[in-house]
Amino acid sequence: MLDLLSGFVTELRRSGLPVSLTEHLDAAEAVRHIPLEDRDGLKYALAATLVKSSSHWTAFETAFEVFFAVRSGAGAAAEEGEEGDQGEDESAQAGREGPRGEGRGWKGGGAGEGMTPEELAELLFKSLVSADTAMMNAVARNAVERYAGMEPGRPVGGTYYLYRTLRNLDLDAVMERLMAQAREGASGGSLTDLEERLAADEYKARIEKFRRAVETEIRRRLVEDRGAEALARSVRKPLPEDIDVMHATRDELATLHRVLHPLSRKLAVRLARKRRHGRKGPLDFRATVRRSLSTGGVPVEPRFRHPRPAKPEIFVIADISGSVASFARFTLHLVYAISSQFSKVRSFVFVDGIDEVTRFFEGVVDPAEAVARINTEADVIWVDGHSDYGHALTEFHRRWGDQVTSRSSIMVLGDARNNYHASQSWVLEDLQARARHVFWLNPEPRDYWGSGDSIVGEYGIHCDDVVECRTLRQLEHFVGNLA
Amino acid sequence: MSAMTGLGLPEAGPPRFEGLDAVRTGLAGVGYLADESISGVVYLADRLAKPVLVEGPAGTGKTQLAKSVAELTGARLIRLQCYEGLDESKALYEWNYRKQLLRIQAGEHGKGETEGPSWQELEEDIFSEDFLLTRPLLEAIRATEPVVLLVDEVDRVELETEALLLEILSEYQVSIPELGTVRATQLPMVFLTSNNTRELSEALKRRCLYLHIDYPDLEREREIVKAKVPGIGEELADQVARIVRSLRTLELRKAPSVSETLDWARTLVLLGVQTIDAAGAKDTLHILLKYQADIERATKELLSASSA
Repeated sequence: MLDLLSGFVTELRRSGLPVSLTEHLDAAEAVRHIPLEDRDGLKYALAATLVKSSSHWTAFETAFEVFFAVRSGAGAAAEEGEEGDQGEDESAQAGREGPRGEGRGWKGGGAGEGMTPEELAELLFKSLVSADTAMMNAVARNAVERYAGMEPGRPVGGTYYLYRTLRNLDLDAVMERLMAQAREGASGGSLTDLEERLAADEYKARIEKFRRAVETEIRRRLVEDRGAEALARSVRKPLPEDIDVMHATRDELATLHRVLHPLSRKLAVRLARKRRHGRKGPLDFRATVRRSLSTGGVPVEPRFRHPRPAKPEIFVIADISGSVASFARFTLHLVYAISSQFSKVRSFVFVDGIDEVTRFFEGVVDPAEAVARINTEADVIWVDGHSDYGHALTEFHRRWGDQVTSRSSIMVLGDARNNYHASQSWVLEDLQARARHVFWLNPEPRDYWGSGDSIVGEYGIHCDDVVECRTLRQLEHFVGNLA
Repeated sequence: MSAMTGLGLPEAGPPRFEGLDAVRTGLAGVGYLADESISGVVYLADRLAKPVLVEGPAGTGKTQLAKSVAELTGARLIRLQCYEGLDESKALYEWNYRKQLLRIQAGEHGKGETEGPSWQELEEDIFSEDFLLTRPLLEAIRATEPVVLLVDEVDRVELETEALLLEILSEYQVSIPELGTVRATQLPMVFLTSNNTRELSEALKRRCLYLHIDYPDLEREREIVKAKVPGIGEELADQVARIVRSLRTLELRKAPSVSETLDWARTLVLLGVQTIDAAGAKDTLHILLKYQADIERATKELLSASSA
């Protein structure tokens, strides 16, 4: 058990969770107090001692499923089979009472043999209607057996198997059917909108639960096949803060959106505190002398002015073409979420033309809404819709250049892949002379800079700093320093 | 009871709970419906003699958990509400300056008849426990009866002030320069709650068990509604829980919390509603949602005509 725990902790550390030695010891201690057969109890005990942030939960859960699936799988396979049968007995009865009383046909099919795909689909449908967990698990086992087509020894994480299984089950159609049945069952033959929506959410949750059961089943088989540590390597995912924004999948982007809001709120609190406390203002001579009168002219207690650090004015100039777009959106979101820390934020987006989008953010409570509007409403195409930094910058300089003052900081977001157009880097040179700072945020890894049509080097010499900004962590760090 | 091992770590006293299930049924007995993770962590907190750091969205019963555990174990609840600017003299202890001053003056008055106390005596005297004002943390340590210490909204204090808590959290002791170290005579159960407005320091997190309380799932929320709202029907409780779950899937500025769900359910019961229809829900939605934009959004998504 201790070995297993050490391996587990090592895996957590590899996924980026900061697990200290003390926490490891605590976990070992905690495990002693939990009955070993209680898998859920074990999970919560480990979570309580090893995971200290809710955003790390997903990583923990993945690793846990991998490391502690072996036990439940190998040891309890026979037992599980029985359980499944029992579950089916119960649901068989439920099925007979229901409108479709053909419970007999599939009753003996606990092991998955001798069942036609139609029967399996029917079984799935019934398990979803009755929200019967044991039956769902049984269906998941059968479905994986039948459809996933797993080949032993392949070093994969199982995503493909999951896809294959689910495609064959056609969950969208099942959903349709569930909804149709709900409508039939309702009084008057149709649902009100509210009921419709509630039913849909309910079934969505159940299907999600089933999907998870399938995933667990696949993972269990993979662990049996290749061992926990090998699999852990394949399924390891970066923490939300460390996801590479430019190459994030849709799921990952959704995760990022979820963590962005709390992140920006935390950043705002931190910056507001920094502004209020900390730095002392310069000595207030008058007040000190006045104060000294009460101590007979001896300046015992010096007085200081209240610090009033200037709030910078921010110009964000963002490339929103192609893959850089999601990065630009996150940055805009973050900057606006803490816009109270700046005296003014103005934002511009470009592809080969440039447009000011500050107006979208005015009077909007949620920056995400405004960011969504930019995509549809901003006028950023000049000729062909391929990035042209040179033209965009020249245009910026012509239309808004005179508004850049010594109080402005300029942030340019983009990978500087210019499609071999002219760079027009004199614009940046001129802006740098006038503005307080010019920063360039590049969402590409530093190694790729200057390769192909990337001309970040050409622009970089006119910037105060060029920052690699691939993850939310790096972005937060940069924006935090800016204010 | 407060026997120290060689490492100076406190040892757990006799167990407060018999087992995992005892925690769960016990909490249910005092009206707190815990899920597995909550009861598991409470059980471990007792066995490992460790504080629990509870995080989660507002209104999911973080503070209530500490109160319920206190009620369950028959312990006194000592609460330290954190705020910005909280310091040692408010959290740990303070010398009672006025009383000390009076003591010194009283000593001077007595000088006429007999020899007054020497400075040494006086110093020992005025820095004794008689002149100590205990604040929540010290009080929890010195209590002889069982106590539950609740440090509420610990994320509100500054990072530096957090350090105040470290000694008491890991060793259950407080060092007072003039008096020496005060050790706990019994180990209190400690709960810290945080609304996650900032990252807590690693040092603090390391000393605690971590518990994230999220919004409850459908079944648990329905049970909570049924337990906490007297006179609510099965059907209504189910509907309430389902509507709230659907609301939480929308992207709202502030998702409805458990306490708001309960308020809503109570309102519906008071209004004599048996089943909720769209119009009824619309009229009472402002109890669940606190932003106009959210209400509009929920109305649009859930209640008005949508494509079937």
